[in-house]
Amino acid sequence: MFGKLTLDAVPYHEPIIMITLAIVAVIGAALAIAITKYQKWGVLWHDWITSVDHKRLGVMYIVLALVMLLRGFADAIMMRTQLAAATNGAEGYLPPEHYDQIFTAHGVIMIIFMAMPFMIGLMNIVLPLQIGARDVAFPFLNNLSFWLAVAGALLVNISLGVGEFARTGWVAYPPLSELAYSPGSGVDYYIWALQISGIGTTLTGVNFLVTVMKMRTPGMKLMEMPIFTWACTWANVLIVASFPILTGALLMLTMDRYFDFHFFTNDLGGNAMMYINLFWAWGHPEVYILVLPAFGIFSEIMATFSGKPLFGYKSMVWASGSIAILGFIVWLHHFFTMGSSADVNAFFGVMTMIIAVPTGVKLFNWLFTMYHGRVQFTPPVLWTLGFMVTFSIGGMTGVLLAVPGADYVLHNSLFLIAHFHNTIIGGAVFGYLAGFSYWFPKAMGYKLDEKWGKRAFWFWQIGFFVAFMPLYVLGFMGMTRRINHTNNPDWNIWLYIAAVGGFIIALGILSQLIQLYVSYKNREALKDTTGDPWNGRTLEWSTMSPPQFYNFAVDPKTDGVDAFHGMKKNGTAYQRPGSYAPIHMPRNTSAGFIMGMLLTAFGFGFIWHIWWLVIATFVLTIVTLIKRSYDNDVDYYVQPEEIEKIEGEHLAAIQQQSLLKA
Amino acid sequence: MSQHTPDAHADHGSVGSYVTGFILSVILTVIPFGLVMTEALDKVATIWIFVIMAIVQIAVHLKYFLHLSFVTEEGKLNTFTFLFSALIIVLVVGLSIWIIYASNAMMMG
Repeated sequence: MFGKLTLDAVPYHEPIIMITLAIVAVIGAALAIAITKYQKWGVLWHDWITSVDHKRLGVMYIVLALVMLLRGFADAIMMRTQLAAATNGAEGYLPPEHYDQIFTAHGVIMIIFMAMPFMIGLMNIVLPLQIGARDVAFPFLNNLSFWLAVAGALLVNISLGVGEFARTGWVAYPPLSELAYSPGSGVDYYIWALQISGIGTTLTGVNFLVTVMKMRTPGMKLMEMPIFTWACTWANVLIVASFPILTGALLMLTMDRYFDFHFFTNDLGGNAMMYINLFWAWGHPEVYILVLPAFGIFSEIMATFSGKPLFGYKSMVWASGSIAILGFIVWLHHFFTMGSSADVNAFFGVMTMIIAVPTGVKLFNWLFTMYHGRVQFTPPVLWTLGFMVTFSIGGMTGVLLAVPGADYVLHNSLFLIAHFHNTIIGGAVFGYLAGFSYWFPKAMGYKLDEKWGKRAFWFWQIGFFVAFMPLYVLGFMGMTRRINHTNNPDWNIWLYIAAVGGFIIALGILSQLIQLYVSYKNREALKDTTGDPWNGRTLEWSTMSPPQFYNFAVDPKTDGVDAFHGMKKNGTAYQRPGSYAPIHMPRNTSAGFIMGMLLTAFGFGFIWHIWWLVIATFVLTIVTLIKRSYDNDVDYYVQPEEIEKIEGEHLAAIQQQSLLKA
Repeated sequence: MSQHTPDAHADHGSVGSYVTGFILSVILTVIPFGLVMTEALDKVATIWIFVIMAIVQIAVHLKYFLHLSFVTEEGKLNTFTFLFSALIIVLVVGLSIWIIYASNAMMMG
């Protein structure tokens, strides 16, 4: 009846896990009680869960990312404290089999369930607004993508209480990840969490590419799209081209583990090297998927807060484009030591070094944007400046690792760990946090508290250097990654310092939670009445905060990249048209949520070999999809009276604001 | 959601362009076929003509049947999408073969 699932799958004997689960249960119960008490279940269902509005989906993506950030960071702080405690031959408090799950979960969560949803969330909120569109091309698909991401995140979290997570590292290389060496449920959780959420990501990529190609406001040329939209577009090109590789590689690993195939096994003609190759043929473009939108965010922030157009818009677009293409021919640098020929290693090493050139172009563009500008040192700008310093260091250690000879010495050491945290935290995460504080007023209608924002930045920035610079040193001293405990007195001091750094970052995260609380409490004082709190340059700032649910009452007319800036200068912003035409809008649907939950159960059934559950949920998913496809009641028209009323409020608020200023 | 009307400018070809494409395809097929059947030229020349005709035929199909072009906005978009996909596929598949072939050679040699 329940396949391989028995009560033994619940780790009663692990106090850390049981306490965590108890806390999660208490928080969950408290949330449920609060929602019931304030009678918000209906709001939650009608306004959020079933919503196809890209702005609301964006907010939900970011909530998912923040929750998973806390989970992934808890893993991080456990690893740092374990390594600080387990020196001089001491065992520490995390046994190896648990520690191995923690570093695997940390990697998977931070990349797939923190960074990706954060990036996609920001893209959801901002991209359609920047191109003057009323929604994405396929609103239902957008909702479905989100619930597929949630399905994957749910599976990772279920693995905490039922069974185990993979002990393979986030790359899950065979033969270790094959049935012979990982017989438990861990790798299966890994496979289905990545597979289901990965398909959601592919759908997102398709959706936003079509949006950019087909839904731009009439008259906006491709080379007039705001730079963040361009950066996301290149990221989406990469998603569409690379995620199918991951889907295929995972599918082959699934066949190996479930159906006795031998794609990657040691025996019967399998070749584990092909998995490593395919994984990174996806994995390297993936890091550019994460970082390109962050580059776009920095570009928007630099232009807005310097009060100048972005320096070198075209070079920025083409630098992103060349990074997108070069990003596809460098993947072997993740496994120089697999032992391909010298020619192969040399080719990929040189390609990797070349990719630093377009990245350098971008850095100079940001510097020249600031040059002679009146830079306002708001939290988004602080994140950007912190990024420029931190990411440059990460980029330089990256060029160092791109030399195959140096890589043979440094691969698999903590030097590598320091390098990629240097680029992913200093590049992607700082970018998302910058974008978070920059677009928060647009999404929520009030600004974030600046004082706590600056504190968060400084804790993060200092904490990052204290936590990760020691890892460069440890790498040079020969400490390898994924070690559970150490016995080398020379390493101790650096491990202690790194742990302190981890706690400083924890203060940064705490500051952000306090910032959210303080800002919510003062939301009336921090209210963004005009929709344009930063004197913005692009179309998203011409809407209300939060934007009208139909975004634009009339298609905006644009001329050039800084469309809204131009309108304000020419006095054509905030014009009341003679009359409003009805607006065609998509209806909410529960199909995405239902399919997401069904596929969670589908993955769970597969993981525990509960075949009736697999078949039932699969059939029901298809039935839901067909039912939705034949549903004709998927859209409606917003009537001019309603538009008139909403637009009137916005224009009145603008007028009042300009009177106050005058 | 408002821009759901089918794109009136999309080029779906005309009877004339399909006939042109068809005739060109036939010519480009008959020539190599004839060369192989009659063995009129030596082997190396035959293979080269064969390959060239095949590549030209791909271009003919793309232009007349898939309506890729560098002139219309829609056609440009499709053309670049096609070229980019082709480039990535060639790179990823080609480099993968090279990597695995070289790795295998290191292990076996």
